[in-house]
Amino acid sequence: MESTSNHLIQIRDLVYRRGNRAIFDGVDIDIQRGKLTAIMGPSGTGKTTLLRLIGGQLRPDEGSVVVDGQNVPDLKYGALYELRKRMGMLFQNGALLTDINVFDNVAFPLREHTDLSESMIRDLVLMKLHAVGLRGARDLMPSELSGGMSRRVALARAIALDPMMIMYDEPFTGQDPISMGVLVSLLRSLTDALGLTSVVVSHDVKESLSIADYVYVISEGKVVEHGTPSTLEQSTSPWVQQFIQGQSDGPVPFHFPAPDYAEDLLGNNS
Amino acid sequence: MIGFLQRLGATTIGVNERLGRGSLFLWHVLGGFPGLLPRFQLVIQQMYSVGVLSLLIIAVAGLFVGMVLALQGYNTLVDFGATESLGVMVALSLVRELGPVVAGLLFAGRAGSALTAEIGLMKATEQLSAMEMMAVDPLHRIVAPRFLAGILSMPLLAAIFSAVAIIGGHLVGVELLGVDEGAFWSQMQAKVDLYDDIANGVIKSIVFGFVITWIAVFEGYDAVPTSEGVSRATTNTVVHGSLAVLGLDFILTALMFD
Repeated sequence: MESTSNHLIQIRDLVYRRGNRAIFDGVDIDIQRGKLTAIMGPSGTGKTTLLRLIGGQLRPDEGSVVVDGQNVPDLKYGALYELRKRMGMLFQNGALLTDINVFDNVAFPLREHTDLSESMIRDLVLMKLHAVGLRGARDLMPSELSGGMSRRVALARAIALDPMMIMYDEPFTGQDPISMGVLVSLLRSLTDALGLTSVVVSHDVKESLSIADYVYVISEGKVVEHGTPSTLEQSTSPWVQQFIQGQSDGPVPFHFPAPDYAEDLLGNNS
Repeated sequence: MIGFLQRLGATTIGVNERLGRGSLFLWHVLGGFPGLLPRFQLVIQQMYSVGVLSLLIIAVAGLFVGMVLALQGYNTLVDFGATESLGVMVALSLVRELGPVVAGLLFAGRAGSALTAEIGLMKATEQLSAMEMMAVDPLHRIVAPRFLAGILSMPLLAAIFSAVAIIGGHLVGVELLGVDEGAFWSQMQAKVDLYDDIANGVIKSIVFGFVITWIAVFEGYDAVPTSEGVSRATTNTVVHGSLAVLGLDFILTALMFD
């Protein structure tokens, strides 16, 4: 254990199938404590599925997902819920509870899991909201927030219990340039200031590479490349180059597999 | 022929699998009931949206059902010169059958559909998933209070339905058609039995409340998380809930009043 204590999450030989299709086929990933690790890959490669496997919402077909020394798929109900108290997760659309306001959303995990007095909860909630710049929005309902604000409220909620790690599911998708910049610097500063371990799942190459300490690139169920952002940029793999440069042509085809174009137009395949 | 058999087999397996999942779901939700005792305000909140907000439709429907019962009953009884029995006829029809059944059908349409849509949309917007990741079990925090509120509200709604309907029957029978008021009430008091009639009606309404709410919360929780999926789940709740009420009513009546 001593040699691996540096790694908060260790994934070994992970196999996960949906129907006959293997989403992951022998994946090994190590996430270092206190670092920001980005997991990148094209849409549909199962990046969100990976977060759900780490959080124990899905069970792998084979392999282990060890989080802080505990193998998540082996955990019983009680132990899994205890572990989740120390995990935060930021969902793609924020996933705020729509029938209560911003303040109550951030207070929700505190009220569920602690016996703190209301005045203490108020202070904590205001501190978390201040950290994401939304202390003034405490009385708004989730329907009154923009997409970027929802995500920041969800971030405040995710750090409410001071977790050891946070998983971010596509945090940069659909953000305007200002919210994007705010989120990018928030992720980095939260990781550094709170000593959090951050796992960012994203296909936004520029933003992810700018803040990540370590990067995994996955495609078609395998880890294609991993390393620091600078080693990745120098990678000789044409696949990785196509992905990080955003080129339309390369090893990843633009077209979904289809019959011959001319034949198809002439209707010979129908 | 083979195709038909395949479809039949697939449907049977599908129905069985869903029943199995529904039972496991029920087991898990019932496990959350003890945890509701120290925070009963969660159940009270849900009783407001499931029960209190259904009051209007229940009361209005009850009034009209009672009025129609008295009108039809009077027309039949008057031929036999037995209009004094109108009160007893109205009351027995209501507490034994119409109260629980009609209130159940209305409950499935008003409260059941709302429960399914709410839980289904929470699933579609990942609120249930987010709760799981906050180490809060949505089956205990979201589903269990709604389930208990449904079971507790349904007998109260059925009782209110019957009471309002009897007032409706009184309005038409006594005030409008001139049945003797003393006979109307005294025959009702003499012939309606607390255990045989009222208690059995209450048992029916508890069973209906349990089944409708179970169907409603399970359909919502099991819905395909898209707008089409939630819409289908809501329809399923109303259709399956109503059919379950009618089917169970026959079985319970056969057991209780044989």
